[in-house]
Amino acid sequence: MSQGNAIEVSGLYKYFDQFCAVNNLNFQAKRGVTTALLGGNGAGKTTTIAMLLGLLTPSQGQIRILGEDMLHHRYRLLHRMNFSSPYVDLPQRLTIRQNLTVYGHLYRLPKLKARIEELAMALNLDTLLDKRYGQLSAGQKTRVSLAKSLLNEPELLLMDEPTASLDPDTADSIRSYLEQYQQRTGASILLASHNMTEVERMAAEVIMMRKGQVVDTGTPAALITRYGRNNLEEVFIEIARSKEPA
Amino acid sequence: MQDIHFSPRRIGAVTLRHLYLMRSSWPRVLEMVYWPTVQMILWGFITLFLQDNSSYIAQASGVLLSGVLLWDVLFRGQLGIALVFMEEMWSRNLGHLFVSPLRPYEMVASLLFMSLIRTLIGIGGATLIAIPLFQYNIYDMGLPLIAFFLNLIIMGWAIGLIVSGIVLRYGMGAESIAWVSVFAIQPLCAIYYPVATLPDWLQPVALALPASHVFEGMRELLLQHSFNTGHMVWAVLLNILYLGIGIAVFLGYFQAARRKGLLLQVGE
Repeated sequence: MSQGNAIEVSGLYKYFDQFCAVNNLNFQAKRGVTTALLGGNGAGKTTTIAMLLGLLTPSQGQIRILGEDMLHHRYRLLHRMNFSSPYVDLPQRLTIRQNLTVYGHLYRLPKLKARIEELAMALNLDTLLDKRYGQLSAGQKTRVSLAKSLLNEPELLLMDEPTASLDPDTADSIRSYLEQYQQRTGASILLASHNMTEVERMAAEVIMMRKGQVVDTGTPAALITRYGRNNLEEVFIEIARSKEPA
Repeated sequence: MQDIHFSPRRIGAVTLRHLYLMRSSWPRVLEMVYWPTVQMILWGFITLFLQDNSSYIAQASGVLLSGVLLWDVLFRGQLGIALVFMEEMWSRNLGHLFVSPLRPYEMVASLLFMSLIRTLIGIGGATLIAIPLFQYNIYDMGLPLIAFFLNLIIMGWAIGLIVSGIVLRYGMGAESIAWVSVFAIQPLCAIYYPVATLPDWLQPVALALPASHVFEGMRELLLQHSFNTGHMVWAVLLNILYLGIGIAVFLGYFQAARRKGLLLQVGE
């Protein structure tokens, strides 16, 4: 295990009955940078993220996170990581403050009230703290999910479409906040996104997946050059439509 | 091996989440008190009628009311586990909960604690209303009432954990099991009649249930004013077995949910 890797996945498989969702997956994500996990629908990104988070047990293979074996030290590692997705809800009837309080206690955070206030200010949620989660707009919910994921100042942050449902201005603020957070803490981010502009801006490294396998990796600029395209979106489309792994 | 560690703060966090929910929704609190109270009123009037028409009821007028209130401890205990767990499924919150350091057995502990709170609210209200309405005070039973209560709620927990595991594994389509499962064993629990009333071949089945021993003990206390420790020992031993099975089944289904990717998919 290299000390330079936040995530190291080797020989990872996941079968659902006869269907192979992840097929001999191997990749590394470096510490302190953002790595994007890209692929079309059904490429295996969500399954991979679920296995990295310990929500899904792999059929076979190894996952090492922050230098430790995820399968054997899951709970020790879960204190050091977190997850944000607009597609996984928080309790609707609880206010933002109540939701963040519950999750803060789950991570056994000290000075929880101050931490919640600080995050609410940073993510422009301070006037909404006592509003019920179910009454929020999709964009506001996305910011709450992000606040929840940053509560424990994670060393590794896994994000699924972090700026989905956000207007361009708010999305830009969120990306800036994440960049500042990364610079301040040295955190590693694994980002699954279909927003190629976002990926080009944030990701130092891109992992392209198709049919449960890695088909290519590299920096956004290197991939654009390698495929002779103008931007990452064109690279994505070419890989997604190609018949065989590159 | 995963390290085994219980955190009272994490258990408290899940409990707090459900206390927030109760506080935000008065219909949820009303629902807890409503059914035990309606049952108590119905059986209270039946008792008043039978007091003049049945020598058995005349001996101990509280035997039916005690039966209905104590049965509700088991029912509410079971429902308290299943409903609290299903709240997490309805709100699609399991994914977030289990990417936090919350252990499944800490989740179980918080389910038990919430079930206890819900049962105390529900049954507590009905027992207090029974005092002025029917001049019946279940607390006159004294310390044996605590033994009856604990044995019944623990049996309810065992069933509730199995039901929650089944709902997690087979999805919300299995939700109705939470409401009906406990009634499958109700005729065998000897709530309103002794085990001896059952056919010979069914009596061993009834005696394999902790609740039957509790209700036999309750009748002995009310009719003969003696506390049968033998029944209580059986109830405790059987409960240890059933609660162990309940926890094992829930954790087993939880592991299956992890293998099948159900923790991210559940919802309405």
